[in-house]
Amino acid sequence: MADTEIQSFVNACATANIPVGEPDSYVLPPAVVIPVSAPFWQRAARVAQGCGLRWCSFWASPVDESYELFCVLEKSGDYLVLRTRTGKEEPLPSQAPIYPAADRLERHAHDLLGIEFVDAPDSRRWTRHQAWKEHEFPLRPDFIESLSQRGKTAADADYPFVRARGRGVVEIPVGPVHAGTIEPGHFRFQAVGETVLNLEERLGYVHKGIEKLAVGREPDSLVRLAGRVSGDSTVSHSWAACQALERATAFEVPPRALCLRAIMAERERVANHLGDIGAICNDVGFAFGQYQLTRLKETFVRTSHTIFGHRFMMDRVVPGGVSCDIDSAQITSMVQEAKGLTREAAEIVSMLEHSESLEDRLMTTGRLTPEQADQLGVVGYVGRASGRGVDVRHDRPYAPYDRLKFAVPVYRAGDVAARAKIRADEIGTSLDLLCQLLQSVPEGPVKESFPDVKIACEGLGIVEGWRGEILTYVQLDKDGTVTRFFPRDPSWLLWPALELLVQDNIVPDFPVCNKSVNASYSGHDL
Amino acid sequence: MLKLFVKMIATGVITEEPPDEATSAALGAELKRGLNRYFRGSIAIRHVDAGSCNACELEIHALSNPFYNVERYGVHFVASPRHADVLLVTGPVSRHMEAALRRTWEAMPHPKWVIASGDCACDGGEFGASYASCGAVDNIIPVDLRIPGCPPAPTDLLSGLLQLMQTPYVEE
Ligand code: SF4
Repeated sequence: MADTEIQSFVNACATANIPVGEPDSYVLPPAVVIPVSAPFWQRAARVAQGCGLRWCSFWASPVDESYELFCVLEKSGDYLVLRTRTGKEEPLPSQAPIYPAADRLERHAHDLLGIEFVDAPDSRRWTRHQAWKEHEFPLRPDFIESLSQRGKTAADADYPFVRARGRGVVEIPVGPVHAGTIEPGHFRFQAVGETVLNLEERLGYVHKGIEKLAVGREPDSLVRLAGRVSGDSTVSHSWAACQALERATAFEVPPRALCLRAIMAERERVANHLGDIGAICNDVGFAFGQYQLTRLKETFVRTSHTIFGHRFMMDRVVPGGVSCDIDSAQITSMVQEAKGLTREAAEIVSMLEHSESLEDRLMTTGRLTPEQADQLGVVGYVGRASGRGVDVRHDRPYAPYDRLKFAVPVYRAGDVAARAKIRADEIGTSLDLLCQLLQSVPEGPVKESFPDVKIACEGLGIVEGWRGEILTYVQLDKDGTVTRFFPRDPSWLLWPALELLVQDNIVPDFPVCNKSVNASYSGHDL
Repeated sequence: MLKLFVKMIATGVITEEPPDEATSAALGAELKRGLNRYFRGSIAIRHVDAGSCNACELEIHALSNPFYNVERYGVHFVASPRHADVLLVTGPVSRHMEAALRRTWEAMPHPKWVIASGDCACDGGEFGASYASCGAVDNIIPVDLRIPGCPPAPTDLLSGLLQLMQTPYVEE
C-alpha cells in the first residue's frame, strides 16, 4: 500500500490501541477502506485528527436489519474511508466533538435513517421539519409513503433556536422566503445595534428527498437526478455520479469523453465565477461590475448553448461518456472565445481592484481566519481564500486533469475580497485549462455503452466542482438498480463557515458575506 | 474612474442591438405592449423558490443582465408579496416550503397571478411528488400560466410573461 498518509493513520491507530481491519484499496478506489468497529468510531476520528486528516463526509446505508456507516477523510490527496456496521438500535459514538463538520451530516443521517449518536454536541433535528414525524425515517426500507390524505404540511414553527438574552440584544429572523431571487432558508440573527453577535442557520426547506428518489433508478436516470442536486453545478454533480458508477463497474471511459467532460466542467466554473463576482459587486451597489460581468457570463453561456445544446450543459454528462460532440470549427471558436475572455475579464477585474469604494466594502468584511477554516474543514474557494489549498483536480487528479498544468491560488486574508479575488484568479486558470484541453482533444468515441451490472457493487466519485470538492457515493444492486446514492455537495462544509464569518460584521453586510460564500441550499438540503 | 468610463463607452448599450437578439427583442417589445394594456406600464413580480434545484433561479437572474434588461419593460422584481401582481414560482413544492408558499400567496393583494416556471413547477419534473415533495405548484395554489423548460431560458420567461398578459383575468 503506497498511500503514506493512510499508513501513518494505521500505525497511529495501533499505537492508540484501536483495532482496525485490513486496509482495502480495491472496493472504493481511489480511497482506501479501513474497517473499524463501531465503539471505536469516535476514537478513530481522534487519531485521524491527530494525523492531520481532513474530514470530508459521512453517510449511512441500511443493510437488512443493520446499518453500514461511512466516513471519508483526506490528506494530501490520499482518501480514506472508515467503515463500520451497527445494529438497528445500536448507537454510534459521534465524531462531531472532534470534527465540527460532522455535526450536520450526522443529524441528517439521524433524521432520515434513525441512527442514534452518543456524545453528540447537538441533538436537535436538522433536515426534518414537519413533513414526517420524529419516529419516522424516510430512508428506511420499511418507511411507508402515503401521498393521499396527508393534508397540509405545517410550518416548522417550534425549532429550538439558540437564544441570546441581555439588554440591547435584538433577534432578527429572516426567511425562508428572502427579499431577492434566491433559494429559501432561515437565518436567525442576534444583534446589538448593527453588529451581529451570532447567526444561526436553519436549512432543509428545499429537501426533496433526492436520496430516496434515487433508490431503484437505473444508472442513466440516476445521473439525470444527480444533475439536479444543485443546478448551478449540474456538470460536476453528474460527473461525480458517473465517476462513482464507472468506478463501481471498473468501466473505462473513452478519453475524448473525459476531455469533453472537463471542458464543460471548466465552462461551468467560469460562468458561475463571472456571475457571482458580478453579484458581489451588486450587493455593495457597484453596478458597473455587475453589468460587465453578467454581460460576459451571458455571452459565455450562449456559446455553451450553441455548442453543447444547453446553457448550463445539463444532461450532457452521462454514464459511459457524454451525449454531445464538438467539431474542429467549434474547438477553434472556443479557443478564441477563451483567449478573448481572458483579456477582458482581466481588464475588468483590474478595474474592480482599483476601485476604492469596492475595497472599502469588501476588505476585512466577513473574515474567516485560516484557523477557523481548518477547524471546519472548509473546501473550495472559501477554503482557498483562508489558506487551505484543497483542490481535487490538483491533489488527486482524475483524468484528464492528470495531464494538465495549473496552479491553485491560495490567500490567507479570508475576507470577502479574498474570496472574490480567488474566483477571479480561477477564471484565468480555468480559461487556460480550457485552451489546454481544446488543443488536445483526443480522437475516438464520446460514449461507450455502460455495461449491464451483474453483481452488487459500489463506487465513489470525487470531483472538484466550481464550489469545491463533490463526493458522491453510489451503490448498485445485482440487477443494476441503485440502492444508495449520497452526493456530498461542498455546501455542507461551507454553510457552517458562513455562521462564523458573519460574526462582528454589520447586519447590512450579511448579503455580501452570504454571496461571497454562495453555498447551495438545494445541494445541501437534498 | 476614467478607465471605467472608457470601458462603459467601449461596451456601449448592448441591450438595443444584441447580435442574436431578434427573438427576445421581439418578445420584449410585445411584452411592453401587453403590460401597457393591463398594467399601465408596470408589473411587480415576487419570486418564490419552492424547492428548485437552483438552475431555474439562474435564468431568472439572467433576465436582469444587460442583454435582456427586463426592467426596461416595466417588469420589476419586488421584495414583498404585498407589492406584487405576479407570483413566480420555481421548483416542485417541497413539503417544507408548502406553508411558506401558501402564506406568500395569501399575502398578495388581488388581482394576482401565479406563474409556474420550469418543468418542476409545472408538473413536478424530475422530483415529482413524494414524502418530501408536493410536486406541481397547482397542487398547492392555483396557477395561471405554466412555462415549461428545464430550466426555461430567459427568452422563454419573457414570452411566458407575454402570454400571461393575454390571459383574461377571472375574478374568483
Ligand atoms: S425545472 Fe429543471 S432547472 Fe428548474 S428546478 Fe426543476 S430540475 Fe431544476
